[in-house]
Amino acid sequence: MSRLTIQIPGLDLKNPIMPASGCFGFGREYAQLYDLSKLGAIMIKATTVETRAGNPTPRVAETAAGMLNAIGLQNPGIEKVMNEELKFLEDYDVPIIANVAGTETADYVEVARRISAAPNVKALELNISCPNVKCGGIQFGTDPATARELVKAVKAVSEVPVYVKLSPNVTNIVDIALAVEAGGADGITMINTLVGMRLDERTGKPVIANGTGGLSGPAVKPVAIRMVYEVYKAVNIPIIGMGGVTEAQDVIDFMSAGASAVAVGTANFVDHFVCPNIIEELPAKLDALGVEHITEIIGRSHR
Amino acid sequence: MIRQEKMTVVSQKQIATNIFELTLHGELVQEMTPGQFVHVKVSDSLEPLLRRPISIANIDKDNNEFTMIYRAEGRGTKVLATNREGQQVNVLGPIGNGFPVDAVQEGGTALLVGGGIGVPPLHELAKQLNARGVKTIHVLGFQTEDVCFYEDEFSALGETHYVTVDGSKGTKGFVTTVLESHAPAFDVFYSCGPLPMLRALEGFYPEKEGYLSFEERMGCGIGACFACVCKTTDQVEKDYVKVCSDGPVFPKGTVAL
Repeated sequence: MSRLTIQIPGLDLKNPIMPASGCFGFGREYAQLYDLSKLGAIMIKATTVETRAGNPTPRVAETAAGMLNAIGLQNPGIEKVMNEELKFLEDYDVPIIANVAGTETADYVEVARRISAAPNVKALELNISCPNVKCGGIQFGTDPATARELVKAVKAVSEVPVYVKLSPNVTNIVDIALAVEAGGADGITMINTLVGMRLDERTGKPVIANGTGGLSGPAVKPVAIRMVYEVYKAVNIPIIGMGGVTEAQDVIDFMSAGASAVAVGTANFVDHFVCPNIIEELPAKLDALGVEHITEIIGRSHR
Repeated sequence: MIRQEKMTVVSQKQIATNIFELTLHGELVQEMTPGQFVHVKVSDSLEPLLRRPISIANIDKDNNEFTMIYRAEGRGTKVLATNREGQQVNVLGPIGNGFPVDAVQEGGTALLVGGGIGVPPLHELAKQLNARGVKTIHVLGFQTEDVCFYEDEFSALGETHYVTVDGSKGTKGFVTTVLESHAPAFDVFYSCGPLPMLRALEGFYPEKEGYLSFEERMGCGIGACFACVCKTTDQVEKDYVKVCSDGPVFPKGTVAL
């Protein structure tokens, strides 16, 4: 397994594969299916200061090779996440990346300060890109100056490295990437979902109760790859890439574009064992490429 | 315990208009209880992408076989309907908490009320209740006669009333029409079907013990994605429940209807 190790700020990864935030809850359900210690890391569900009830149902809708979701950051709040969910995950030998969300800067700072002190939280993922809540993300993720200031404020209190999750719903994602790097971000995770809509065939009205939802799944992969490619050229901090990963080849593609690690989202719903399966398939992929260690392929599309 | 298994198609039969009965063989049958469901990947391709939650209509542990009855209406279920004997189907299951079979004492009577594609899980429930010495009364509602199924199967297990919206079979109207005119005596009711039916039933028997099976659009099917949450009533301590992992069956009065 030593061929798959990755070191990026705060994270000493056994392998570059991790479930993406929002697609894996807090790990409990998947822990019934396989040993979570197999994973490179776990990006846990977005956590806010207060308990959030989320959006009305229906919250998901299938689309061509993808799905829309508008869960609305439902979570039990920082107190319970710290005392129950992170405690539960301490039984596993896997670093946790805590996804931090909020309505205003003070919320992000509060969650970041507290959650970064948990013993198994090795990095934060700032959620400035959730498209499904009125307040709580996207307004921070679409304006470079606002994004930079938020990262600065969180960096000032966090005990662990801070990664920032970028939204693809912007005119120029490189501008935002440069802004968060200037704000002191230790890394970038990308991409969050693309805002989309599906209409009901009979009524002509949106299927998702929220109207719009975030598009994910294989359909978004080309967009995500393009954006990782562009951001890799522009910044000097590592990228964790995601968007439509369903098999080992997708991981190779994201790393070739410049990602140092790769998160798997929607595919966890389709094949609940997809993460351990990909980890198992990767060495054969490296053999086929004539590569000894997986780090050798990072950014190879640029060489 | 939830497992993923490539199960083998034993048979696939059309039993009413667009209604199919699919029997699968595999080990995870041993874990099944009535009212649980399976999460099915209907194709190996990315289209359609998501799994389909489908209820369990018959459990045959002696032969490692179970049956699901589904309506081939959307993209996924239409693909599922093309499966033939010997083919393999990727099944995750069994999932969720089913109907409590032991809620009725031996010698007691259970009222089973189903609507449309909510009828299938009641069949295995009726079988297991009968096996425990519980009398079952079935009230089954459908849109029209051509989508009705399992009349002989239910009749063999107990008193069975059919009701159709257009009156083409049985009583014309809704399941409540039958319940009003017949007023059956029973101890516990069980129901699965559309929300208005569950709501009507809960209002109909405020003093009775009852269990309702819900349906909601799902993502993961195991409780991780929070897609299928329902608000709870004031009587319940939790703010919400997940249909997939906390349900699909809940005691009456749990979910805000």
